[in-house]
Amino acid sequence: MTDAVADLPADTGASRKAGQFLYGASVVLLCAWVIVPLYFLLLNTLSSPEEVNSFPKSFLPHFDLGSLTFFANFQGILRALWNSVLVAAMTMVMSIVIGAPAGYALSRFEFRGKEAFRLLILLTRAFPLPLLALPLAVLFIRTGLDDTAFGLALVHTTLAIPFAVLITFSLFSGIPIELEEAAWTLGCTRFTAFTKVVLPLILPGITASAIFAFVISWNEVFAAAVLTIENRTLPAFLLQTLGEAPLHLKFAGGFILVVPALIFIFAVRKYLFAMWGIANR
Amino acid sequence: MNARILPYMLILPVTLFLCLFFLYPFVLVSQEAFSTGDGFTLDNFRDVASYWKFPISLQNTLLLAAAVVPIQVALALLMATMVNRMQKGRDMVLYIWTIPLGISDLAAGIIWLAIFEQSGFLNSMMTGLGIVDQPMNLLSYQSPLIVFVAIALAEIWRATAIMLVILVAGIGLIPKEYYEAAEVFGASPWKRFLKVTLPLLRPSLQTALILRVVLAFEVFAVVAALGGTLFPVLMGEIYAYQFDLQDGGAAAALALIVLAISIAFTLVILRALRVPKGATI
Amino acid sequence: MTRMTHFAGAVSGLALLVSTAAVQADVLFWSTQARPVEEAQAMRQDVLSGFDETVDYQPNEDGPWLTRLQAELQAGSGSIEVLGALHGNFSAIDPESLVDLDDLGVSASSETFNTLARLGTDNMQYIPWMQATYIMAANKEALPYLPDGADINALTYDQLIEWAANVHEGTGSPKFGFPAGPKGLKHRFFQGYLYPSYTDGVVRTFASPEAVTAWEKFGELWEHTNPSSTNFSFMQEQLLSGDAWIVFDHTSRLAQAFNERPDDFVAFPAPAGPTGRGFMPVLAGLAVPATAPDMDAAKALVSYMLAPETQLKTLQATSFFPVVDVELPDDLPASVQASGAAIAAMSGAPDANPGLLPSGLGDKGGDFNRVYVDTFERIILARQPIERVLEDQKRRLSAIMEETGAPCWAPDAPSEGACPVE
Repeated sequence: MTDAVADLPADTGASRKAGQFLYGASVVLLCAWVIVPLYFLLLNTLSSPEEVNSFPKSFLPHFDLGSLTFFANFQGILRALWNSVLVAAMTMVMSIVIGAPAGYALSRFEFRGKEAFRLLILLTRAFPLPLLALPLAVLFIRTGLDDTAFGLALVHTTLAIPFAVLITFSLFSGIPIELEEAAWTLGCTRFTAFTKVVLPLILPGITASAIFAFVISWNEVFAAAVLTIENRTLPAFLLQTLGEAPLHLKFAGGFILVVPALIFIFAVRKYLFAMWGIANR
Repeated sequence: MNARILPYMLILPVTLFLCLFFLYPFVLVSQEAFSTGDGFTLDNFRDVASYWKFPISLQNTLLLAAAVVPIQVALALLMATMVNRMQKGRDMVLYIWTIPLGISDLAAGIIWLAIFEQSGFLNSMMTGLGIVDQPMNLLSYQSPLIVFVAIALAEIWRATAIMLVILVAGIGLIPKEYYEAAEVFGASPWKRFLKVTLPLLRPSLQTALILRVVLAFEVFAVVAALGGTLFPVLMGEIYAYQFDLQDGGAAAALALIVLAISIAFTLVILRALRVPKGATI
Repeated sequence: MTRMTHFAGAVSGLALLVSTAAVQADVLFWSTQARPVEEAQAMRQDVLSGFDETVDYQPNEDGPWLTRLQAELQAGSGSIEVLGALHGNFSAIDPESLVDLDDLGVSASSETFNTLARLGTDNMQYIPWMQATYIMAANKEALPYLPDGADINALTYDQLIEWAANVHEGTGSPKFGFPAGPKGLKHRFFQGYLYPSYTDGVVRTFASPEAVTAWEKFGELWEHTNPSSTNFSFMQEQLLSGDAWIVFDHTSRLAQAFNERPDDFVAFPAPAGPTGRGFMPVLAGLAVPATAPDMDAAKALVSYMLAPETQLKTLQATSFFPVVDVELPDDLPASVQASGAAIAAMSGAPDANPGLLPSGLGDKGGDFNRVYVDTFERIILARQPIERVLEDQKRRLSAIMEETGAPCWAPDAPSEGACPVE
């Protein structure tokens, strides 16, 4: 625990300084650990096909936009991007609206079947989706949900719900029930106590599960490939064919998929902290 | 609303949703595992378990999870506590650390292959620094340990962020007073971490661990990209049964075995990190 | 609860918006071929743009391809008009669910292909679409290492081993490349090249003494094979990066190397063994599922794909060769020129020993391939004794043959009933 070392109640300024340095160094190191592989992806995306296959590799970008232009000219890519955003947004809203109440119930009440319910939630993540795709596709074709963004969002919601339920459950559990009880005695109903007291506290957690829902939907390929035809999502459109694409296009395609997800996480990162002050009463 | 009925009302939407989009197809698929045309049989399970690669892929899957998950827990805890005491640049650092969330496992496989392949970035760096005269063959059957380490590194890179986000949200809920009180009594940072953070973080830790372990048994894309055919894992075998051999029964049987393992581990984690009811903070 | 109903309303509103957005009725072409993005793009822009109606060309991996098809067949309705896939994909589908295509009046110029396309029934279940095969390719830097007296267009396996050994010794690293990765087509090398060249058979001779020799020879070659080969699935990548100098692969999986740097590489025929120069075709076909919404459009598209001009455009887009008689122009891509010459040399060689695609295996095609892949992994990678592995795998192979009742195919001698493993 580097930070622990860093913060030892040191009497001498020197050791405190060394601790600070160690702390800063580990933060930088961990950032590099995340960013360097991504930098390689960027590097390869901006390289010409010859450079991607060359050895030794250069560690500076060359700004060859050939691979990116190729994808920009790909027919239907904008529509696919729009579909992806749409499906991911619906997944996000549905998984939280459906999942959060269950998380609250799990943390606040003892009820029969609670354990069975938790296991059901977990089972969803522990069984591979590609096996379930066949019966689901048959169901969707018969009900007309086939090839709609909504239909696909339903499946993605199934994948995201365990995250939504379990994360909200652990966060509600972290909020003392006394807090709610105090609100009740002050005249709040169960519902207003919830919205006024509890909800603001767990907003960061809600954001966390929203990020998960978005990312899960964004990166899911198999169901998207089976359940959509006209309304393809970006991964189904790209990832499916990337496995066999020439290297330089693999990197460019991977890059194109990563960027929107990064922008999304960047956009919502504030909310992870917006309530920090309140949480740290 | 009546406190007896309320929890059921709250979990009703999730339950209905999962029954329709998970349980229904799941039951259809698992029926297949217990039949080979006529009547109930365990033949599929016998077939799957007696295949010569089964013990290898089971061992690989468990070994990888055993190597990766503990490191991820430690790393995520370290990162979460570091973020927590950060004064400035907090949300930028957290953003960077959560970036891998947005990267699909297929894209992660491509990125890490670009690092480890023979004409990849690692070899470029090593030859550039004069550590080796000519590129080494890192991912070969002659060096299974390097292959294993490469896969483990890629998995740690890709999937630590999941735990990090959950833990950060959880740490945010721990009241500052506890730390202040601990400080007054002269507890060292390490003591504070052990006596305050860890116990109060238990609900989040439990959730993060369960989700991560369940997902660890489903590793596939990254392993296939880096390990090729050298490192068979259970999920890869399931896909091979389903799509190469078109033996849905065998695939379902193997998936049920993975499911059983996941449930077993989940129960162990639930027991080990039991969350006290009603959060006695 | 007002907020929640509000959310729910927004969601269903969105869904309505999306589902009512008119879906134009394109002809959906659901394919497992021409998957690499550049090929898919060329299929759309160059090949299918000439068809009267708009075609939505969607290549997919085998898994989603099959899952979607099965779902439509089970549901009894669907949107797929035309299927494009390999012979092996089609043979795993119940012929009942494919529309008979005899009345189209188009077929391949090779009767062998047309017979395969009947899938054991009396009618054409699919129409042969395009063909390819597996060849060898090398970096020109490897040529000086050729053994004395060896003709690159008439190599033997012994000469190939010696060549790979020379390169290994000369450069200090093993430079033979073999597609043994997860998506590599290694099984075809054993079924169509190694076994026919050493045993003049595939199934009958699976565990014969000659087969033992074949595996020993392959083991020798493996000594000079890049050990990362278990990660290689498309040898064009390793040719281009220089990780491998001499390689074996599917023509379309070598194409990129020739197209990018035509002057750096040569294509040449597969080597010959004691029983000739074994090689094997790859056959892709077009079919119409019973659930196709617009049968006429589907059939018109199939006919269009078989027209000589379309076949030529397909060749340029995918590096797959026509199945009908077509005059080849001179301005073909470098990859097509190189592989075309190698294929001609291979099939025209005096010792040519062409094999056929496995047939009659139905949905056991995957199990059949697995027998050969497992044998490879156990003998070469796990270094288990050859005889014992062959005895062991022989039982699996026999079981598959007996269960499917598939008769022998060339180069195995014909059989009555299921092809026996001797």
